[in-house]
Amino acid sequence: MAVEATTGPEPLVARRSFRSFMSEVFGPLLQVLAFVIGSATILGLLVVLVAAALRGTRTDIDLLQGTISILPQVIVDGLVRGFLYATIALGYTMVYGVLEFINFAHGEIFMVGAFAGAFFSAALAASGMLDGLGPVLFVLAAVLLGMAVSGLLAMSIERVAYRPLRNAPRLVPLISAIGVSLVLQDVMRMIAVNSGLGFNASFKTPDLGAPIVLGQMQIAADRTIPISIDSRSLIFIIVAIMMVTGLNYLVNITKLGTAIRAVAQDRPTASLMGIDVDRVIAITFLIGGALGGAAGVLFGMRVGTVNPYIGFLPGLKAFTAAVLGGIGNITGAMVGGIVLGFLEAFVASYLSLFTRGQFSGPSYADIVAFSILILILIFRPSGLLGEVVTQKV
Amino acid sequence: MPLLELKNVHTYYGNIHALKGISLAVEQGEIVTLIGSNGAGKSTTLRTISGLLKPRQGEVLFNGQRIDTTPPHKIVELGVLQSPEGRRIFPRLTVRENLEIGAFIRSDKAAMARDMDRVFQLFPRLYERVNQRGGTLSGGEQQMLAIGRALMGRPKVLLLDEPSMGLAPVLVEQIFSIISDINAQGTTILLVEQNALMALAIAHRGYVLQTGQIVLADSAPALRTNTMVREAYLGVV
Ligand SMILES: Nc1ncnc2c1ncn2[C@@H]1O[C@H](COP(=O)(O)OP(=O)(O)O)[C@@H](O)[C@H]1O
Ligand SMILES: [Mg+2]
Repeated sequence: MAVEATTGPEPLVARRSFRSFMSEVFGPLLQVLAFVIGSATILGLLVVLVAAALRGTRTDIDLLQGTISILPQVIVDGLVRGFLYATIALGYTMVYGVLEFINFAHGEIFMVGAFAGAFFSAALAASGMLDGLGPVLFVLAAVLLGMAVSGLLAMSIERVAYRPLRNAPRLVPLISAIGVSLVLQDVMRMIAVNSGLGFNASFKTPDLGAPIVLGQMQIAADRTIPISIDSRSLIFIIVAIMMVTGLNYLVNITKLGTAIRAVAQDRPTASLMGIDVDRVIAITFLIGGALGGAAGVLFGMRVGTVNPYIGFLPGLKAFTAAVLGGIGNITGAMVGGIVLGFLEAFVASYLSLFTRGQFSGPSYADIVAFSILILILIFRPSGLLGEVVTQKV
Repeated sequence: MPLLELKNVHTYYGNIHALKGISLAVEQGEIVTLIGSNGAGKSTTLRTISGLLKPRQGEVLFNGQRIDTTPPHKIVELGVLQSPEGRRIFPRLTVRENLEIGAFIRSDKAAMARDMDRVFQLFPRLYERVNQRGGTLSGGEQQMLAIGRALMGRPKVLLLDEPSMGLAPVLVEQIFSIISDINAQGTTILLVEQNALMALAIAHRGYVLQTGQIVLADSAPALRTNTMVREAYLGVV
C-alpha cells in the first residue's frame, strides 16, 4: 500500500559527518605519522645496510652493533628536529597560503619567542619560584607566553611592514621582511645585553625529570641497551603534536579556518562573502607567529641557551621544509619538516661513525641533507604534497 | 526611495575610464537587468556596488545610505550580495563549505540550516555533491553553487553577474526560472546579462549599457520591442 506524502519535501540538512570531522582533524596527523615511520624505517634500514657493508673495514669497533645501538637515540633526535622544523614551517606556509609572500622575518619571530621563554624562566629563577611551579605548569606557561609574544609580534609586523606594501612589486615586501629580521636581531641583542640576561641567555627550567625508559633492545647475545627518551625531547614532541592537532582543527573545521582557506584561494571573492580580508590575514600572521613562538620556547628549553641569532638557521631550514612539503600546504609543511629533521639527524649521527670521524657528522649534516633535498625537489618541484598547480592552505 | 541607487558614478582602472557617469535605481522587489555587450562595463558596475572598486566620482546608495567608501565586507553585512562573473567558487572548499562561507556574516545556526535546506531544494544537484570540492563541479553546478552561496547570506539585493555564461541552453532556462522564483520569494535582484533575451523575459525593467554609459532605460517589455535593442542585443534584424 502506498503511503501518501502529505508534508513538504524532507529537509536536506548537510551537517559535517563525524567521519569527515575525524578525517579532517586527524587525517593530516596520520599522514605525518606515515612520514615519520617511513623516514625512520628507510633511513634506519639504509644505515644498517651501510654498516653491514662496511663491517669488515673496521677493527676497532663492531660497526653494525654501534649503528644499531644509537639508532633509537637518532630517531628521537630526528623527531625533535622534525617537529621543530614542522612547527616553524607552518608559519611560512600559512602566510604564503594567504599572501603568496615569504615572511623572511619568521625565523626571528621564533627567536623572540625563545627569548620570551628565557626571560620568563630568568624572572622565575630570580624570584626563587622556578622549582615551585612544577614542570607541567612551567612548560605550559612558558609556551603560552612565547605564543602570545611571537603571535602579537608577527601580527604587528604585518600591520607595519607588509600591509602598506601589499600592492607593491613582489620584491619590495621581501626586502622589508629582511629588514625586519635584521632589526629584530639587533633589538633583541640590545635588550638581552642590557637587561642582564646576556647575549647567550641561559634558559633555566625546573627539574623536568629523568629520561623515560621505553624498553630494552637486545643488540648482541650478551648486551642489551635501554631505549629511552629524555624528558625535554618528549615535551617537545607532545607539545608539537598538540599544536598541529589544534591547528588542523582550527583550519579545517572552524568558521575562521574556512575563512582563512577562502582568503587563500580567492581574496576578492572572499570579501564578497563578507569576510574582512585584512583581519583574516592579520589572524593568519598571529597563528603562524604563535606556532613559531612556541617552537622557540621549546627549542630554547631543550638547548638550554638562546641568543639573538638562533632564528636564522632553523628559520632557513624550516622554510626549506615548507618548500619540500609543497609551500602553502599545511600538511606538507609538517611532512617536509619531519623528512628534513630525520635526514639531518641521521647524517649528523652516522656520517662520522661511517668515516671514522674524518667527516664530523654535525658539520656536514647540512650539506648532505640539503643535497638530498635538492634532489627531491628536482624530481618533485612542487614538493612532496604539493599539487601541480600551487596548492594553497 | 530606491533600495539601491547609483548617481553619476565614474569608475576607473588606473587611467582607463570604465564607467562614465552611471545612474540607475533598483526598487524593492524588482528584477532589474543591466544588458550590454562585452566590455560595456556591466561587471565594473557590480564591482563598484560591492565596493571592490571605489568610484572616483558619484554616489552609490543603499537604502538611502552612501556605501561608496564602505569596505566590501561591510557592504555584504548591509545585505548586498554578489554572485560574481565566472562564478568564483572556492575550488578547494567543499560544496557545503562554499555554502557555509556564503553565510559567513551570520550566526543564526538554525536559520542557516533552513536556508541551506532551501538552497538544496532549489538545486538538488548540489545536495548530491555536498562533500565534493567546488573545483570538481561542472560549470552548471558551479553556477548553482554561486547563486546558492549568495542566497546563504540572506541578500536584500542580489547582484548576479552573467549567471547564464557558458551553460547549456536547457540549464540556462532552469537557472533563469530559479532566479525568477528567488525574486518571487522576496529578494530584489540586479541581473547583469549578455543574454538579453532571457534577461528581459524575467526582468521588470532594464538598462542598456554601452562603453561605460547608460544609453537606454525602460521597462522590460518596452526594451524587448525596442528596435535598437532588437538589432544590437537580441540578434533580430
Ligand atoms: N582589471 C581591469 N583592468 C583594466 N581594465 C579593465 C579591468 N577589468 C575591466 N576592464 C575594462 O573595463 C571595461 C569594462 O569591463 P567590464 O566591466 O568587465 O565589462 P562587461 O562586464 O560589461 O563585459 C572594459 O573596457 C575592460 O577592458
Ligand atoms: Mg562582465
